[in-house]
Parts: sequence; structure tokens; C-alpha cells
Amino acid sequence: MNDIPIDGRSVCRLRPGWRLQWEEAQQRHVLLYPEGMVQLNDTAGAILAELDGQRDVDAVIAILQARYPEAPAAAIAEDVHEFMVDAAQQGWIHHD
Amino acid sequence: MTDRTDTVTSDGQIGAPLWLLAELTYRCPLQCSYCSNPLDFAAVEEELDTAEWIDTLTQARAMGAVQLGFSGGEPLVRRDLETLVAEAHRLGFYSNLITSGLGLDESRIEALREAGLDHIQISLQASDPEVAAAVAGSRKAHGKKLAMARAVKAAGYPMVLNVVLHRHNIDRIDQIIALCDELGADAVELANCQLYGWAHLNRAGLLPSAAQLEAAEATTVRWRERLAERGRDMRLLFVVPDYYADRPKACMGGWGSIFMTVAPDGAVLPCHSARMLPMRFPTVRERPLREIWYESEAFNRYRGDAWMSEPCRSCDERHRDVGGCRCQAYLLTGDPAATDPVCDLSPDHHLVEAARREAEDDARPARELTPRNVHESRVFCRT
Repeated sequence: MNDIPIDGRSVCRLRPGWRLQWEEAQQRHVLLYPEGMVQLNDTAGAILAELDGQRDVDAVIAILQARYPEAPAAAIAEDVHEFMVDAAQQGWIHHD
Repeated sequence: MTDRTDTVTSDGQIGAPLWLLAELTYRCPLQCSYCSNPLDFAAVEEELDTAEWIDTLTQARAMGAVQLGFSGGEPLVRRDLETLVAEAHRLGFYSNLITSGLGLDESRIEALREAGLDHIQISLQASDPEVAAAVAGSRKAHGKKLAMARAVKAAGYPMVLNVVLHRHNIDRIDQIIALCDELGADAVELANCQLYGWAHLNRAGLLPSAAQLEAAEATTVRWRERLAERGRDMRLLFVVPDYYADRPKACMGGWGSIFMTVAPDGAVLPCHSARMLPMRFPTVRERPLREIWYESEAFNRYRGDAWMSEPCRSCDERHRDVGGCRCQAYLLTGDPAATDPVCDLSPDHHLVEAARREAEDDARPARELTPRNVHESRVFCRT
């Protein structure tokens, strides 16, 4: 665990041994971990799919803002930040 | 397995089997007196071969299965385990090896890792070799398990340790958790043994008393606080025995809902205990998996709520707990369609209360429990 708060420069990655995967049968992304699975909604799936171990939170926000130009940019930034904080609390992701 | 994703639909639609438990063999070097394998496991002789397992995995994946457990018996007994793991990885499964740790060594851990295994769950019987030996029938097993747990962690796997709790080890839960902490576990399943199969046979010697259970839960809560203070991320999952609940669990998320077991001989089951029910389950040698899951009489028998009897039939909670566990209903009442007697609304609940009272008395010592082995199993084999 890591007590440093997540900000725009934080690099988040999936917890070691966990895997994100698109499941055709379920038509959604799932997060797979030892003997369990989180079924993700579209937003959560889209955010986690951009974690490559290099990009920081700001870079992930920029990618999603470019992909969804019709959505308010500030709202995307807020959604991503909130999701990262929540995902870290749940232990889905680790961050630097 | 725990933390199951609940996708029971109330509109009667049959969902995909998201979980596949592949019981590769009933062979096992240990003799745990609470084993969930069927009592008559020795009657199963012809295990599916490598090609049949690969075909089964391929079919299951095409149906949407994504979590895969390799189990048994002891799955490491199968020399083709690495081949099956590699195939599972290629197909896109998240694969878990559920093992005693016996049959494992550093080179096999490495080979499994290269084949794409995602996770290894090792079971421990106790915190010390004496109790472990009394429960599992092997004096050497405990030390070997500890060594393998360390090796699994060193190889970089996430590690879940599973400890089956019962009245002979539950009072040592503090030492058990300390051991798991020291081994570097990421999560610990402190699972009170559920009373099916061999555990039901040995019930009088396994079910803890209410006081034992309460103390163990309190210890677990204290450990959670201590771990959090240290910033140590080790999840403790404490599973209460059904017999001490007032409402039944939604067993397997519902019959034929998300979970499918394939037994060593290819029998397809809605859970690993269901084989003891008085009904016949089709095998992958007879019919395609898809047909078995969606169309077989066995898998449709306890889906939905039309099969329920009272008090479930008119109960507001019937979709929450789906009537509880069919195996438990059958073992306790002789009727697999009865309300799970764990429910305090069940007319048979007194049977569970009687077992709790029995657990207040002196239990059979661990050495008098019936060990799970081929010799004892033959007694239960139908001719």
C-alpha cells in the first residue's frame, strides 16, 4: 500500500498478477484476479485499458478527452481522478 | 473459491458459466477428513485424457468461461498439467492452481509460470506439523507446504493461502494468521469447513462450538486492524460455517447460474459437491458442454424458482439465497428440493440446531476421524 495521494503525475498500474481483459461473451471489460473477477462498466474499462505502466494520470485523461470530444473535458478529468483514487483504495491498482 | 461475481438474472435467462472448476483427478497424497470429494471417489477410474481436457477447456471458453480452477484431488499428480495450463492461457482463461503444494518444486513452479499460470493457491491444514498431520495424514506435508509457499511467493505469483478451519485447529487461528503473514500471503481464506462429503461423515469431530467460532472471528477482526496499522495488504476472508447462519447462502450464486465443475471422469456438475445428489449428471464424453449447461435436465432442475417448496416458494428472500444449498438440503433431509435447513424458517432447522448442540459437547478427537483415502472410499462405492 501507498499513502502518497494520487495526482496528475502519478503512474498507476494494475496490481501485480491481476489482468484486464475484454470479454466478448459479457460485452465488457473484466478485471481478473486470483479466484475472482470484477465486471467493469464502460467508464472503468476505458480508463483501466489506458494504463500501460508508463502513462501518468494526466496522460490518461488527455487520451480520453481526445477520444470523447463531445464530453466536457473537466468532467472527464474529474471522473478519471476519482476512479483512480477509488481503484487504489479497493486495491485494484498500485501507483508510484 | 470466493468472491464470486453474482450475475443471477431474475428474468429467467440462463447466463454463461463464467467459472470452470476442472477437477483433473481424485488422486491425492493427503487424506484430509473434511475433503469435499465424493465419498465414493474410488469408483471413478477413467480420467479424461489430455485431449479430452483441452477439448473441454476450448468448449467452456467459447461459452464465456473465464475464471478457471485446476483442482482435484491433487492436480499436480497429472503430468500433463503444464500442457493444460498452456492451453488455458492460450484460450484466455485466468487460471488458478488449487493445490496442497505436494508435488510442487522450484522447477515445476517455473514451468507452470512459463506455461502462463496466473495464480497458485496453497492449502495449509494448521500452524504446526502435529495438528496438520492429524488432519491430513502426513507428517512431512506441513514443512513441504511452507517451503512451497515461500517458493511460490519468490517466483512472483500473487498468493492466496487457504486454511480449512474446524474444531481441532480453529483455536490456533492467531498462530495460523501469523504464519500466513510471515509467508507473505496476499490473501488468506479462513474457511470453516462446510459439511459435505467426507466432512459430513466426520461432522461430529469437525464442527466447532459457537464459542470457538466467536473467538476465532474476534481474533480475525483484531488481525485486520493490526495489518491495516502496519500498512500490510493481506486480506483475511473469514467464512462462517453454514450451520451457524440463520439464512442459507446463495449456493454457487444459484444452481447452474455462473459456476460449472467438470469432474475427473468428465461428469459436469453445478458444484463440486453435487455428485452425491440422487440424480445423474451428463459427461463431456456424452454431450457437448453447451448442451449440458443450457438444455440438460440436471442443470435445469433447480434453476429459477418453480422447483421450490414452502417456505421458499412464497418467501420474499427466495431470489437472494435461491433456497440455499441443494446438497445440504439432501444430506440433512433426504430431499434435495427442500429448503436448506440452515434457514431458521425451514421446518427442518431443528436438525442444524441439534448439530450445534452436539458441537458444544466433547467432540471426537482428530485421530478418530475417518481419513479420506481409497480404502475408506471403497466402502461407499456402489456395485
